Amino acid sequence: MPLGPDQAAVQLGRPSPPAIEIAGLSHWYGEGKMRRQVLEGVDLSIASGEVVLLTGPSGCGKTTLLTLVGALRQVQAGQVKVFGQELAGSSRAERQQLRRSIGMIFQGHNLLRCLSAEQNVQMGADLLPGLSYRARRDQAREWLRAVGLGDQLHKLPHDLSGGQKQRVAIARALATHPRLLLADEPTAALDSRTGRDVVVLLHGLAKQQGCGVLMVTHDPRILDLADRVLRMEDGRVVDTASADSVTAGALAATEAGSS
Amino acid sequence: MNPLLAIWSGRRIPLAWLLLTRQPVRLAVALAGISFAGILMFMQLGFRDALFDASVTVHKMFNTDLVLMSPRTKSSISMAGFPRRRLVQTLADPAVLGISPVHWNLLLWRNPETRGTRSILALGFEPRDPLFNDPALTAKASLLTQKGRVLFDERSRNEFGPVATWFRQGRTVESEVSGKRLRVAGLFAVGPSFGADGNLLTSSETFLSLLPNTPPGSIELGLIRLRPGVDPEAVAKRLRQNLPQDVIVYTRNGFIEMEKDYWRTSTAIGFIFTLGAGMGFVVGCVIVYQILYSDVSDHLPEYATLMAMGYKLTSLLGVVAREGFLLAVLGYLPAYGAGVVLYGVIKGATKLPVQMDPDRALVVFTMILVMCMGSAALAMRRLGDADPAEIF
Repeated sequence: MPLGPDQAAVQLGRPSPPAIEIAGLSHWYGEGKMRRQVLEGVDLSIASGEVVLLTGPSGCGKTTLLTLVGALRQVQAGQVKVFGQELAGSSRAERQQLRRSIGMIFQGHNLLRCLSAEQNVQMGADLLPGLSYRARRDQAREWLRAVGLGDQLHKLPHDLSGGQKQRVAIARALATHPRLLLADEPTAALDSRTGRDVVVLLHGLAKQQGCGVLMVTHDPRILDLADRVLRMEDGRVVDTASADSVTAGALAATEAGSS
Repeated sequence: MNPLLAIWSGRRIPLAWLLLTRQPVRLAVALAGISFAGILMFMQLGFRDALFDASVTVHKMFNTDLVLMSPRTKSSISMAGFPRRRLVQTLADPAVLGISPVHWNLLLWRNPETRGTRSILALGFEPRDPLFNDPALTAKASLLTQKGRVLFDERSRNEFGPVATWFRQGRTVESEVSGKRLRVAGLFAVGPSFGADGNLLTSSETFLSLLPNTPPGSIELGLIRLRPGVDPEAVAKRLRQNLPQDVIVYTRNGFIEMEKDYWRTSTAIGFIFTLGAGMGFVVGCVIVYQILYSDVSDHLPEYATLMAMGYKLTSLLGVVAREGFLLAVLGYLPAYGAGVVLYGVIKGATKLPVQMDPDRALVVFTMILVMCMGSAALAMRRLGDADPAEIF
């Protein structure tokens, strides 16, 4: 039987390296006089199975950090280890291979427009080696049921609501059995209620799979779901706090702003 | 496990197929363009081949092993005369079984209905000679022993008048060639070529009365039948050595090839039709490239997403290649169907021997495949712009 979302297959006893280890990571965009530094010596470590939220003003380098961890960009200076594998100086093929064990959820859902919900999720499951077409399709269906879309299998993204599309994207990211999920403002395009529902779902499924999560967000309503909240400013991680205190602070700030 | 079954169960989502079929308008435009290019190629190549085939339909009628002609003859529309005694001389060779002299010229036929004249290919021969492959035609030729009688090609172009129709209705069909009255004694079927719009068979005697200025003892074509089992090439070589330079010896195939060669090289017709087919190819390339390029461009963020998920660039290139292949197959089928129908229409209208032939069908499919795969290869360069880092 393929490993489905129902089976809480968390191998807790196994000693594993931290999901992410970052040391002295710096990154620049542009060249010559236009060269601009976006990351200035970031140090960061995320344990396996930990849910970490990353906040901070726009332009502070959160997304850049995410693309570097996600092996989508070449590391320029510093060290990035994902599951113990050094990304600095990695080849294109190594990064492509590593990306298969990282699930990604984007601000826009980025579903394939010409594929149905089920086929979109199966594009993720198709990356799993050694499974028959039928097994991969059944997994895709199971994941869609897990995100509450069991009755929308054959709808095209065009016919789904924003929240539903984002849930399909979550199912697709989880269908590859990732050990790490990267999410960039997954709630940005959703209203607050739907946004929180989606993140609660994501959080629950990730915990069930023992899969670490690094999520960039601006949404104060979801901060309580994190094991840890990091705050970035001007290319540096400035503040590491336990979730509760940040939540309290953020909620206080929201209330102060609205009154 | 059965390897076929393994491949089947190892299959993935048919992304190329879905990309094409879930955008029906774009697919329809692409297929229309490819089919149009294919039809153009079928037509041009069909015309070209029909020209070459039609130019030798008369040549293929003859039951002969070797052929004597004047060295000045370059094609069937400019047959020069040579002395008939050269043909008789070949009888000295023990391999020669029989000979038949043939007169061959273009004459002006008067349309019995409209009275307009038009050039027709006339052959004159001894009606008792076993000249033709078709025994029925040889039998019909005996009708020509009476002077002033002709056999008319029922597949001649309609401009010669409703000769075949009238004849079948039992009417006496008479016309005039070179001021002499001729009566149609029967019909045969060969069809027009690019050189001649119609054909006429008659006896040597009638033929010479129509062309009284023909030098005595001059013929245009000498047919030589050999004993069974001898090698025509060897006999042709021997005859070439023994006969003077005022005649030239061909084998049956050489005779046919000489005529095809004339239309291929001495005229621009072959070039023009090949160029026409080439233009169809270029038009198809442009259309397919446009379609695939804009398809890749439109889906660039989706391709980038797939790369972010861990799909290899090569497997995404494979998607574009498969799109190209599917377009080639889907575009070829209607082109083939339309080709068959149009060949029928053209055959009916022009009486040229155009028909679908497997070689040409394969050539056109190969050209469409090259067109689609080449365009796909060019469109793939756009995939290099898909940067998974840009989609966050």
